[in-house]
This record gives sequence, C-alpha cells and structure tokens, in this order.
Amino acid sequence: MTALTLKDAVIRYDRLTAVDGVSLELRRGETLGLVGESGCGKSSIARAIVGLQPLADGTLTIEGETLQEVSSQRKQALQRKIQLLFQDPAASLSPRMTVRSLLAEPLKIRGTYTPERWARILELAVSIGLGEQLLSRCPHQLSGGQARRVALVRALAAEPSIIVADEPTAGLDISVQGDLLNLLRALRDRLGLSYLLISHNLNVVGRVTDRVAVMYLGQIVESGPTAALFRAPAHPYTQALLSANLTLDASRRGERIVLSGELPSPSNPPSGCRFHKRCPFAQPKCSIDVPALQAGPGERSVACHFPLSTASVVTPQAIAG
Amino acid sequence: MTAALLTIENLNVSYRGRGHSAHILDGVDLEIGHGQSVGLVGESGSGKSTVAFALLGLLADNAEVSADHAAFDGRTQDFAKRETASLRGTDIAMIFQDPMTALNPMFSIGTQLVDIQRRRFPKESRKALWARAQAVLADVGVQDAAARMHRYPHEFSGGMRQRVVIAMALLVEPKLLIADEPTTALDATIEAQVVEVLHRLRQRTSASMLVVSHSMGLIAELCDSVVVMYAGTVVESGKVADVLHRPRHPYTRALLACEIDPFAAFDPSQDLATIPGTVPDPSRRPQGCIFAGRCPARHDRCSEKPPQQQAGDGRTYACWLEAA
Repeated sequence: MTALTLKDAVIRYDRLTAVDGVSLELRRGETLGLVGESGCGKSSIARAIVGLQPLADGTLTIEGETLQEVSSQRKQALQRKIQLLFQDPAASLSPRMTVRSLLAEPLKIRGTYTPERWARILELAVSIGLGEQLLSRCPHQLSGGQARRVALVRALAAEPSIIVADEPTAGLDISVQGDLLNLLRALRDRLGLSYLLISHNLNVVGRVTDRVAVMYLGQIVESGPTAALFRAPAHPYTQALLSANLTLDASRRGERIVLSGELPSPSNPPSGCRFHKRCPFAQPKCSIDVPALQAGPGERSVACHFPLSTASVVTPQAIAG
Repeated sequence: MTAALLTIENLNVSYRGRGHSAHILDGVDLEIGHGQSVGLVGESGSGKSTVAFALLGLLADNAEVSADHAAFDGRTQDFAKRETASLRGTDIAMIFQDPMTALNPMFSIGTQLVDIQRRRFPKESRKALWARAQAVLADVGVQDAAARMHRYPHEFSGGMRQRVVIAMALLVEPKLLIADEPTTALDATIEAQVVEVLHRLRQRTSASMLVVSHSMGLIAELCDSVVVMYAGTVVESGKVADVLHRPRHPYTRALLACEIDPFAAFDPSQDLATIPGTVPDPSRRPQGCIFAGRCPARHDRCSEKPPQQQAGDGRTYACWLEAA
C-alpha cells in the first residue's frame, strides 16, 4: 500500500528549475531516505509534499487520492495527514511561548481542541521524555534534543500518517542523535507512520532507512533498497558520494573517489547527463543524451548510460587501465 | 629527544558570572610535536574550541586563563598575559569553520591574501606578496588563480572559499596550523576535496597541525594522535589508531559506539547506541570524575578525581578502571 506518490514533479523558483521530473513512492510503514548535496532539490521536495511550495508540473497522490483532482476542502484534509519536521526545530518554536502552549497551538489553530485530544498529546509528550516539569519552560531553556521532541509532538498533534523529516539530526551531537532516531523508529511502529527522511548524513540514512533515493541537481540518479544500494552503488555519483563519507576505518569504504569540479548551478545544468562533467567514467554520449531513470532487478533504478556493475564494485582505475 | 613545538600543562579557563564562575577548561594538557598532526575531538561544550581560542589569545576579555607551564617553539608563554596573541598570524595560523564569515566581503580575495602576509613579511612589496598569494592559491587547487585573485568572496562557492581560507593560513608559513571544523560547512564530495588538499599540505609543509572537530572520521583521516575531551577535561589521548580502535576510557568507548558504520551489517530492529544523560553544567561541576554521572562503569571511587593512567606508547586516560 502506498502512502504517498510523487509523479514527475517539477518545482520552479522563477526561472530556476530546482526539481526536474522527480517521482517518488513512499510505502506505508517504511522509511524512505532522500539524499543529495546542497542545492539538489531535496528540501524543495519536502516543501512541495507538505504544500508549502506549489508543483509547476506533476502530481502528488496521498493515500490514493490525487491532490490536483479533489476539492480544495478535501485537499486540506489530505495535506493534514502529512507533517513536516523542520530542519532547525529550536527556530520553529516561538521563543515567547511555553512548551505547554506550544503543544496546544496546533490543536487551537485547527480548531480541533478537545480535552481527550489534549490528554493524548500530554501522554505522548511524557512517553517520549517531556515530563511535567518541562511544560512551563520556554524554548531557550530546552536542550537540542528536548526542542526536537517538542517539535515532534507538535507535528504528531495533527495525527498525521506521514512525516517528512528534513535533516532531523543536523546539529545534534552524536551521543544524542541515536536517541532521536530510536525514538522516531519507535513512534513509526507504534503509530503506524511512514517517513520521508531527508538528509545529507549518509551514516544516518544508511542505518535507518528501508529504501533510498539519491538526488543530483534536481533529479533522482539512483534509488533502491538501502542496504543493497550502499553495498554496490550503480551510479558513479552514488559511488563517489559513498566513498567521500568519512568513516573511522578507511579500509572499509575502499578507495576514495574525489570528484573534480564543483556542484554545477541548477539554473544552468550541464547538457546530457547532469553529472557528466564530474563523472570519472563519462563517455561522449553522456554530454549529449539525457539518461532516463530505468528500473532494474532487485527494485533498483538508475539513471546512467554506463551503470556500474552492482555485482561487484568497480574502481575508476580498473576501467582506465 | 627534541622538545615539542607546543607544550601546555594544566590549562584552566573560567568565566566569572553573577555569584558563581563557570569552569570551561579544567587541567588540560596538550603537546604537539614538530610536524605532528593532533586531533582535538569532543562534542558540543567539551571545550575543544576554547583550547584553540586560548592558544590564539582570542578568548573574551572576562575569561580567566591560567596554565602551570606553556611553551611554544622553545619559548615560555604566559597565558594569563595572553602572550600567545603575538604569535597569531605569524607562527600560529587558523583555518576557521565558516569560510564565509572568515573573509571580508568588501575586498577582493587578492587584497585579503596580500594583507594577511603584511604582519609576517612587513618589508616585502605588494607585488611580491601578490605573486606569493597567487602561487599558494593555485597550490590549494583554485583553478585560474590569476583571474580569481581579483574576485570577491561572494563569487566563490563554499568549497572554493574554504580553499582561500586555507591558502590564507598557509601564506604566513606558520609553525602551527589550527583547523577548527575545517569541513563541517561543506558538502560530502566537496569535503573530500578539501580533505585531499589538507592531506597534500601535510606531506609538503613541516608545519604542525591541530585539527579541532567533532568528527572522528575527519580526525582518523588527518591526524597522527588524538586528544578526546569531555566537559572541559581531557579524558584520553594517544595515537589515533590506538584510541579509535582500542579505546580505554568509558567515554571514548561510548562515543565510538555511537558512530554509525553504514557499510557494516546490522540488525535494523536494534536500537542505535546513545549516551544517556547530559553534560554537567560548567558552573556546577562534580567533584570527582566528570563523566561519572553518565558512565556505565561508575563505582564508588568515581566520586574522587581519577588518576592519569599511562598505557604505553604515549597513551594516557583519566579513569579509575584498572587503576592500581
């Protein structure tokens, strides 16, 4: 069962096309990761899914109903099933409100306040470690982890079925990061949620997502089950991205591939394959023809004219030699 | 044995507040050998940046700084009098975390790269300094350096700006290069490029390096030895390979357990490791071991200050475990 489907989505800011034909499918109860570097369009997708940014083209379907085809009233109801966890939760909390009023705010805005609902929210808050004594505090008196929990309860107050988490662990110390990720997973299983997790932290994405989509310059270059994709990436960009990840044991990740050049500007993307200028395997064809995202075995898709063998990892040296 | 480039013993930093004072650094020892690269690793509030700032004499005016003994390149330094500030920009250079705020938006890169050298080479002509700057800029991987010298910071990408900042630090030919989170603001593939530049640099210059970071991966990549800090104290130090692969202190162990290895096989239903509890308030530091409140191996003796234990090969750790 699909929780959410994004089909051929295009997002434009004036003349800049930030997202160019992206399709995503979020299955019910799973965590889907979306990775990529700055400017690849991953946050634009998050904003479009929660309705903060209109789609210039393409469709968004929530639990079987396509938003473009339903009444505006129904659209609102559907959109309410999706909540966004902001990148900087402390900044998303009004500094002059107490935790108690921050938690009550979503109910009041929607006019859905009932004593039962409020009791449920308090119960949820306590269950994730926001005790009674925290309720009268203001955001500046909270630790980073606590602020994130408040933002999380606020998002859950709307009783969503889908959570879009944009860099949920950015800025958190590693000793606290695990705590939040454990909590997110426990809540997913307890409340039957589906997550779209957007992050540039490959360690986190590799550990907590079921499937992953890799973006480069407004397009998805590769997607598939996380474990298989991390073990043997098919797209040269994914391979370089994974090899650039700093790990404690350098022997584990194999040869580091340092890409030449910088991320091109999305306002003027390269011709053909958008990655060809930095690709260690680029062929003449790559600068002319745009590779389509093609489905392969094992639920994997890749947009590359010369995908890497997913059976074994190939290094650039091996091909050059 | 030759003397180390930098030796600090028992460095203390505190800030006096209303009614109480906050102890930020408590008895930090640090030694950096000639040509050696040392990593300073710890989480927020561990005091790792304070160590770097104290070295540069850049702490706020109300900071109270003291050390039993401090020497840089054979000369004794008095931290209380901020004598190290005079080394800044000549013998010690710093690569700051945020390459945007480290550069002045009003001046071209070339002008800034020339000005940084004035203090170090006061007698050189602008032309000579410009030529040096251009050469170093090309050296850190900025293509078309001659033209780029006339450009302004906003015309550079994040990775390129960080290269400019690295070039700036190199131009003064420092004996010690401090890099404070040099890649934190960068994207993964750009980070890899900057790490590569720093690698090359280490092989070519004789400068020592102090890398301040929360990232164990970066330290593993760039350093020979590592100093692990927690709440203003050094809990463990030694060679990178020893500390990262065979940690002795419970904090180092707990911290390393929190690191995620995405290539390792794992059970997805298993919880991720965490360190329960919070860092103690610097104005209310516990008497004994600073980590005792969160330590899984805590016992009665931890209410007393733990001894510095030696474990061979220059490794020390502050813990009661296995203490005689």
